[in-house]
Amino acid sequence: MPAEYQLIEHQYDVIVVGAGGAGLRATFGMAAEGLATACITKVFPTRSHTVAAQGGMSAALGNMGPDDWRWHMYDTVKGSDWLGDQDAIEYMCREAIPAVIELEHYGVPFSRTETGEIYQRPFGGMTTNYGEGTAQRTCAAADRTGHAILHTLYQQSLKHNAEFLIEYFAVDLVMDADGVCRGVIAWNLEDGSMHIFRAQTVVLATGGYGRSYFSCTSAHTCTGDGNGMALRAGLPLQDMEFTQFHPTGIYGAGCLITEGVRGEGGYLTNADGERFMERYAPNAKDLASRDVVSRSMTIEINEGRGVGDHKDHIFLHLEHLGPEVINERLPGIAESAEIFAGVDVTKQPIPVLPTVHYNMGGVPTNYHGEVVTLRDGNPDSVVPGLMSIGEAACVSVHGANRLGSNSLLDLVVFGRAAAKRCAATLTPGATQPSVDRNAVDKIISRFDALRYADGSESTAKLRDDMQRIMQTHAAVFRTGDVLEEGKAKLREVYAAFQHVKVSDRSMRWNTDLVETLELANLLGSAMVSIDAAANRTESRGAHAREDFPDRDDENWMKHTLTWIEDDGKVKFDYRPVHLYTLSDDVEVVPPKKRVY
Amino acid sequence: MAQFTLPKNSKIGVGKTYDHAAGAKRARTISIYRWDPDTGENPRIDKYIIDLDKCGPMVLDAIIYIKNEIDPTVAFRRSCREGICGSCAMNIGGTNTLACTTATESIKGDVKIYPLPHMQVSKDLVPDLTHFYAQYASIKPWLQSETQPPPDKERLQSKEDREKLDGLYECILCACCSTSCPSYWWNSDRYLGPAALLQAHRWLVDSRDEATGERLDNLEDPFRLYRCHTIMNCTRTCPKGLNPAKAIAEIKQMMVARNL
Repeated sequence: MPAEYQLIEHQYDVIVVGAGGAGLRATFGMAAEGLATACITKVFPTRSHTVAAQGGMSAALGNMGPDDWRWHMYDTVKGSDWLGDQDAIEYMCREAIPAVIELEHYGVPFSRTETGEIYQRPFGGMTTNYGEGTAQRTCAAADRTGHAILHTLYQQSLKHNAEFLIEYFAVDLVMDADGVCRGVIAWNLEDGSMHIFRAQTVVLATGGYGRSYFSCTSAHTCTGDGNGMALRAGLPLQDMEFTQFHPTGIYGAGCLITEGVRGEGGYLTNADGERFMERYAPNAKDLASRDVVSRSMTIEINEGRGVGDHKDHIFLHLEHLGPEVINERLPGIAESAEIFAGVDVTKQPIPVLPTVHYNMGGVPTNYHGEVVTLRDGNPDSVVPGLMSIGEAACVSVHGANRLGSNSLLDLVVFGRAAAKRCAATLTPGATQPSVDRNAVDKIISRFDALRYADGSESTAKLRDDMQRIMQTHAAVFRTGDVLEEGKAKLREVYAAFQHVKVSDRSMRWNTDLVETLELANLLGSAMVSIDAAANRTESRGAHAREDFPDRDDENWMKHTLTWIEDDGKVKFDYRPVHLYTLSDDVEVVPPKKRVY
Repeated sequence: MAQFTLPKNSKIGVGKTYDHAAGAKRARTISIYRWDPDTGENPRIDKYIIDLDKCGPMVLDAIIYIKNEIDPTVAFRRSCREGICGSCAMNIGGTNTLACTTATESIKGDVKIYPLPHMQVSKDLVPDLTHFYAQYASIKPWLQSETQPPPDKERLQSKEDREKLDGLYECILCACCSTSCPSYWWNSDRYLGPAALLQAHRWLVDSRDEATGERLDNLEDPFRLYRCHTIMNCTRTCPKGLNPAKAIAEIKQMMVARNL
């Protein structure tokens, strides 16, 4: 280890990495349970990407009409195209109700019904009575629900005096020789100091890796840092081939326009002014699930029915909703559409395009949030000392396609579950073994090598290359040839990263180095993502193979596990899908054809 | 003895100029405040002449272009790029605002970019917001109520009561307002500033909150609340179109009303 790094050592019961919805819910949950907890975050908590969630959080409260968490579970399983683990889905849909009530008790400024209850809106794929009617299940605070929830969770963290280490960048997990996670090393951007946080449990709540694509709704900071750390720790990632394209990103800018627009009655049209979703999803129409709508839009564009000078996008209409509904329920997207598309939504449609939005894959976990791996033939072998929650994780409740408004739900439910699990399994203040110095040295040496990297390729250039490859070769529709070509090109970028050039050598607010560390995390995520996409020779949920258009339950109803080996080779294995429930209160949803 | 000039180490010098606009139809000079805590040198202004046709429309796009293509050492915060996270608050063309929602074309002449005014600078465009966040925490920005909520149901709140939170809960804590306020520049050690007071008001008017008295007690102080002199810079500068000055005035009214 280079001598200039003086590691400051800390010991906690739990270290949470990331302060989005999942990380915050876990952090103050742990603190409230009396566990010495600190949350490390590279951005101030309310700047995490949860803040950008708009439409809402699903829970079968039944405020707008009859509802049942079993219907919610059915919808989620169907939305996942039967790749979701049904025990975890049962847990999530059941816990949704107390979780959202708890949020209201914390003070989330939910929109209200005439009777003063939480307002709920329709969302894609959310139905009543096992697919019969349209459910109004998505609890909303206008179209700023993520903002409202994230700020409230931060406020609760202040109330509970939870400890935060803000603008610390987590570099790597410290694993011991037996594969137990013992802590994490992080870099304080403000003063440039390096820290080692020992903990009984480290919780990765680092979010998705949307920025591996050129155009995404994700924030600049969505760089798959936890995924990168897990891969470097020799752990697998699961179902990384499943990338959700949100149907309505603003054409050009890529900013999100919530599905809540369609929930409130908005609809899509093509160049002929036709409401084309009626052809693709006769029942659900514009409220079919996201993968279905994104594919339909892409087909319309590919067949020459796109709008605009280049016939390369689609219109989203909400003019007919009237200024009153827009002002009350969709004020945020009216503002975004004006700023980023120059559109007055009360008069004109918004130009939109399917845009990378969410990663169904991530660090495999059970429904307690504990990281699992395939070890000695056991597909549910827990990795001691490590948990993962939120978009970084793959529980898997979203399977091959996440339903809108199930993400805010996932964050809160599994953030809470992780806190409960730690309360049940950890002893506050328990002695911890000293960390493996070799492991620490390796991490610091890698950090130092990147800090002084003096190669020929700038971080920005390599990132741009990666993003364009993913955009072109792992898009809404995929084919074997295009994926293979993308794999080969991405390998060149991965290899070129050995020759990256970092220009800033400082330790304080060296954002050049931050972006380089982030690029390493993105590259790992992108590699396993495109490889897994080429490997899965079927179509399921968001993974649509033109050369294998059908779902193949016989061969592919299983989770993909991917590891990256030292030479950059991607190794595959599989875990079975949990086709069982947690309780007898509900029956397994058996696989069937998925039609909306 | 009174000092009437800036301390030596805060005088801003002339930095480098990078011309990257050869053949550009829409060349524009972006001037960026630079300060590196490691060198001990005075701050300087670096000028980057860029082709606006090569980058996106917003000031943030221009800064990212500069970092990617010209000078990777420029430090700034950014995240969501759609005006909801509040990271990229800075002083652009003399106004505190978000770089991600400000169109470069909306600025006349050279685009001059400084960190938020009157804050300690950590590096380049990154101000230290520690004190700002501590002030936010000091108003206890969480729901306080003695009455237990129903165990399995939400508290009820009428649409009218919920509407009172509009224009308040949307704050993104970007600090544009507080750092535009001359009174805050002068007394930020004791005056809470518009952002924290807007949030104080958000909880004072929430029908579910029961700590109104204590919240007002906490603000009843010559500095914490009453250093607002209705200069209105906060309201003029808020990139989310909120009105902190009005919220502060309403807190003052509540103070008067309870003493009547």
